[in-house]
Order: sequence, then structure tokens, then C-alpha cells
Amino acid sequence: MKFEGTKQYVATEDLRVAVNAAITLERPLLIKGEPGTGKTVLAAEVAGALGVPLIEWHVKSTTKAQQGLYEYDAISRLRDSQLGDEKVKDIGNYIKKGKMWEAFTSEKRPILLIDEIDKADIEFPNDLLLELDRMEFFVYETGEQIKATTRPIVMITSNNEKELPDAFLRRCFFHYINFPDRDTMMEIVDVHYPNIKQKLVSEALNVFFEVRDVPGLKKKPSTSELLDWLKLLMSEDIDEKVLRERDPNKLIPPLHGALLKNEQDVHLFERLAFLARRERNT
Amino acid sequence: MFYNLFTELRSAKVPVTLKEYLMLLEGVEKNIPEYSINDFYYLARTTLVKDERNLDKFDQVFGHVFKGMEALEDVLTAQIPEEWLQALSEKFLTEEEKKMIESLGGWEKLMETLKERLEEQKKRHEGGNKMIGTGGTSPFGAYGYNPEGVRIGQEKGRHGKAVKVWDKREYKNLDDSVELGTRNIKVALRRLRKFAREGAQTELDLPDTIRATAHQGYLDIKMIAERHNKIKVLIFFDIGGSMDAHIRTCEELFSAARSEFKHMEYFYFHNCLYEGVWKDNKRRHNEVMSTWDVLHTYPHDYKVIFIGDATMSPYEITYPGGSVEHWNEEAGAMWLQRVTDIYESAVWLNPVPDKHWEYTPSIEIINQVFSDRMFPLTLEGIDNAMKELNR
Repeated sequence: MKFEGTKQYVATEDLRVAVNAAITLERPLLIKGEPGTGKTVLAAEVAGALGVPLIEWHVKSTTKAQQGLYEYDAISRLRDSQLGDEKVKDIGNYIKKGKMWEAFTSEKRPILLIDEIDKADIEFPNDLLLELDRMEFFVYETGEQIKATTRPIVMITSNNEKELPDAFLRRCFFHYINFPDRDTMMEIVDVHYPNIKQKLVSEALNVFFEVRDVPGLKKKPSTSELLDWLKLLMSEDIDEKVLRERDPNKLIPPLHGALLKNEQDVHLFERLAFLARRERNT
Repeated sequence: MFYNLFTELRSAKVPVTLKEYLMLLEGVEKNIPEYSINDFYYLARTTLVKDERNLDKFDQVFGHVFKGMEALEDVLTAQIPEEWLQALSEKFLTEEEKKMIESLGGWEKLMETLKERLEEQKKRHEGGNKMIGTGGTSPFGAYGYNPEGVRIGQEKGRHGKAVKVWDKREYKNLDDSVELGTRNIKVALRRLRKFAREGAQTELDLPDTIRATAHQGYLDIKMIAERHNKIKVLIFFDIGGSMDAHIRTCEELFSAARSEFKHMEYFYFHNCLYEGVWKDNKRRHNEVMSTWDVLHTYPHDYKVIFIGDATMSPYEITYPGGSVEHWNEEAGAMWLQRVTDIYESAVWLNPVPDKHWEYTPSIEIINQVFSDRMFPLTLEGIDNAMKELNR
């Protein structure tokens, strides 16, 4: 099993090594990076490239580690016992499998994506240490020991909202998706919009990196925003000349709504445009 | 194998453990790098570094361990043909530049100094004006500004092909060596909790269900609201001036507190609390909120935390009109007193280490107003402050 990037996903060399290391050594891969650099997409792409099933576990602030293993529905059992249902005799009927259980018992070696692990409670990663290490856990209600037949490929993404505990980090591979440079960005755009006009792309990239360089932006536009913006530019059929225009009166790029997602950022940009204009007039 | 890398990383304060080292060896054994040094670098990075802040340190150590030695040896053994250099200089140097070379004693002298320097110097060097390295004004090294510079190594470097990936050090600006991580702060802040059940009843209350069922003779399910942290916090940040040095710690505390407390309000002040506070530093001159309003808005069960270095002239606290920014009708101490009168639980966190406190009179005064409830802004200090607030 080896991952070499896919048609829709441009993987840099270091990312490929990290993914392959995680596959070969059967340890979780922790992926961090700016929002919109393709962390979550990666798992889907790796699953597609290797032809294995993908099991996604999206973590929220209320998610508990136990929910990934299994949940015991005591209330329905209680209700069934009141109604005299036959089901009640087997406690296994009330055990709901979690995503990790699913991944452990999957026939083909799956990819388990634990998405946005930093959203959960601060103790969440600690509660999964043993399960991720040994790939097994115990179901107290039925006395079953669930053990992974083939160790799933575990991918974990984090947006850095919380710091992860050391013991957890020690067990993972780590990859920080750096913001792509111009060349990689060209490649990414090519992959997504193969017949987009070369000049338009090049001008758009200029504008894009300029916007990213503006100091003090709350949310810098990232790859996914660039792709959206290009799509808009194409559908609106905007001429590349408009983009090339460096007239300070028109400093705000066309359709900027796709790039700047924050009201304050738009204001900042407008203010800069205003300053540039004033500078020119004096 | 690669033991040097491991120990050097540890001495460079990159937190690597034996487990990760073994993981790297296992990866090498399973032949993941496939005999390519670049791939080995990526593998080592993905196994040994777990925080993007350490990537830059890792690159430096890696470059030092694997390239430093051999490169330096190369330079030491390389014979630079003198005539060749001289010929070059005649071709490219202007008259003025040649004169400057004479100022150093001519070519022979220059070469001699170079040899000495090579022996003197053992490590990679950047900046400065004497050693061989990059970016400086020494006559030796690459990318420098000395007109008579001798370029050593890196002939291909600038064109991209030969630059090793770890030499690019792309991760530079993410590096930080702040000791307090937000995680640790959060754990410390967690001491401040008071659980209460409020809101929608979503959880099964087992004891009450059992009691009610026994009482009624049929199943009577009782529900209860989930437990929430009920603590309410009011934070005042000193901003600007001498606090600029502590901005990083304050930011960390702020973000930790923000995610830890659901009911948190914050305000800024400058040096000492007076009749006005503000929420946005950009508009602090026109959007000032009256301190009276703040004291009236938030009830007395709020826990109050002041964060500031309390370092100022004593007049700024004790006299009306003492403020450095405006004319204050009432003394700062009066305002602080009002706050401590209304809110039973109030602490002052000070980023200045506590052993320096006694040398600053203003710190002593404020500590008195707060009846000794000033704590240093360290993990232990936060811990103690939270205990104090919880009482």
C-alpha cells in the first residue's frame, strides 16, 4: 500500500512520506495546518487512491471518547423491559457500535478519519490513548474484547484550537500542511480547473498572494477560497485585464466576497485602498 | 544509529522521546525513505516533531548533524587556486574595488586570513562581520556585501537545485519559546469551577427515577439538566506602555480564559483603573464605557481578575489627576477600592516576577488595595489565584 497523490489532490513530497510512514508503521497521522489547506480532504483522497473504505468521525465540542467505541442505550432497554419485549434478554441489542468499533471490525483495512479532534474536550485525546495504541477495547456490558483484525489507518486533523497532550502526540506521526507556494498553487488550480485561461490564473494568483500579504487580516484566504474565487471569476467571465489593473481607485479585487470572509477584513481592505488613493493625490 | 540527531534534538529543546526515536528506526528498517536523504528528512520530521513551532529548530539541528560536518571538511580540504581568483578579479572588479582590496593587504593577505578564519571557525555562521558564513559583511562567505568577498560553497545554492530542503527553513516565523502553553493555563483555570444545573432537562436523573419509581409503583422517569460551569468572570487587562513586553503571555491567558469560561466579560484599561474602560483598543478614545456602568451591570457574584504589571508612578494610583493620559477626578486607588468592595472575589495577576515586587512602590500599593491578593502570572500563580477566587 503506497500513496502517491491523486488526480484531484496535489500531495507534496513530504506529505507523501508522512502518509506512507503512517500506513507502513500503522500509527496515527496527525495533520495540522491553516483552515482550507485540505486536511480533511486528504483522508478521502488517500482512501480513494488505495481503494479502501473511509470511516469518518466528526468530532464536536460535546463528543465523548466513549462514543467512538460504543454506546449502551440503557433507556430503550428499560422501556423494552416494561413492555416485555423479547429483545431485552440480549444486552447486545442495546449496544450501539461507534466509529472506532466499525473501523476495527471492518473487513478491508479502512481509513479512520478523526476530524477536528481539537474541538472536543481537553481530555478527549487522553481517553483514546490506549485504544489507538493497541487498537482494542473492552465492552463492559457484554464482556467482549474487541480487537482490530487489521489495524486501520488513522488520520487525525486539528485546527490548533486546543493543544494536544504530549502522551498523545508521542504516539502519532505529525504533518503540518504548509501553505502552498506559487508553483504548487498553480498545480492545484490546474488539477481543479484544467481549461482555465493561463493568464487569468497567473493574474488571479498575483492578486491572491497580495491579499494574503496584507498585514492584519483576521482570516487570510486559503486554497479552498482561491478555488471558489476562480470559479466565480470564470463564471462571471472577468477579463484578466481587470485583475491586472493596479489602479489604486480599484484596489478591491472583483468578487472579493469569495476571498475575504470577515467584515473587518473587508473594511481593512477598503481603508487601505482609501489610503493608497490619498497618497496618490497628494 | 542516528543517535547524534536524537541527542542534538534533545539538547536543542525539541521534546523527542525514546518512543519516537524507536519509531524512526522502525521506519528506516521498513525502508520508507528508500535510500533518499530527502525522504529520510521527511520521515525524521514527521516522527520526531509534533508541533509546528519546533519545525524550525528541527531543520537547524538536522542541517547541523548531517550536513555541517561534511561541508566544513570539504571547505577545509579544498584548495582554491589563487591565480584563478586573481584572474577573475581582474576581469570583474572595478578600479575602486581593487584599491579596497589593497587596503586589506592584497590578495596574499586575504587568502592567508581566509585560512586562519577557516581554522578558527567550526560552525555555520550568519550575520556578523568577521566569520565565514552568509549574509554578513566579512570578506569571506556567500551572499555578503563586501566587494572583495570570496564566495565559499553554495555555488549552485542560489539557483535552487542544490539547496537542501532543511536549509530552506520555511517554518521560521512559527517558532516561539513561550514557556506557558495555553493548555497548561487552561488546566490551571479549570480550578475555577462551580457546577450547577440550569437550562433544558436532557439527562436521566437515576437516583430520582429510582426514588420516584419506588414511590409510584410504576416506572417514572425523571430528567435533569446537564451540569455546567456556572462561574462568571470579569477580566480587566492593562494594555499598552510597559505591558507591551508581556503581551504574549496576556494573549495566551486571554485565549485560554475565553475558551474555559462561558460567561466572561473583559475590559481594557491603561496603567490603573479610572472612571472609564473600553473593549476595543482601536477605538478607545471614543468608545469608553463608564466604570460605574460596568460595576452596576455585572452583579457581585462575578469573579474579578485584573491583569497588569502595576508598575507606574505611585501618584497615578493615589492622587486625583495622576493619570498619564487624562485628568481623572478621583484617584485610581478609589476606583480599585470600589471594585474590591463590590466583588468579594477579586485577584490581580502580575506578569512581573514576584521577587521584583518589593522594589516597585506602586505594586505594593495595589497589593494593599487588593489585600494581598496579587499573584504572579505563572502557572503556579494562576493556580493559587483560582483557588483564592474559588473560596
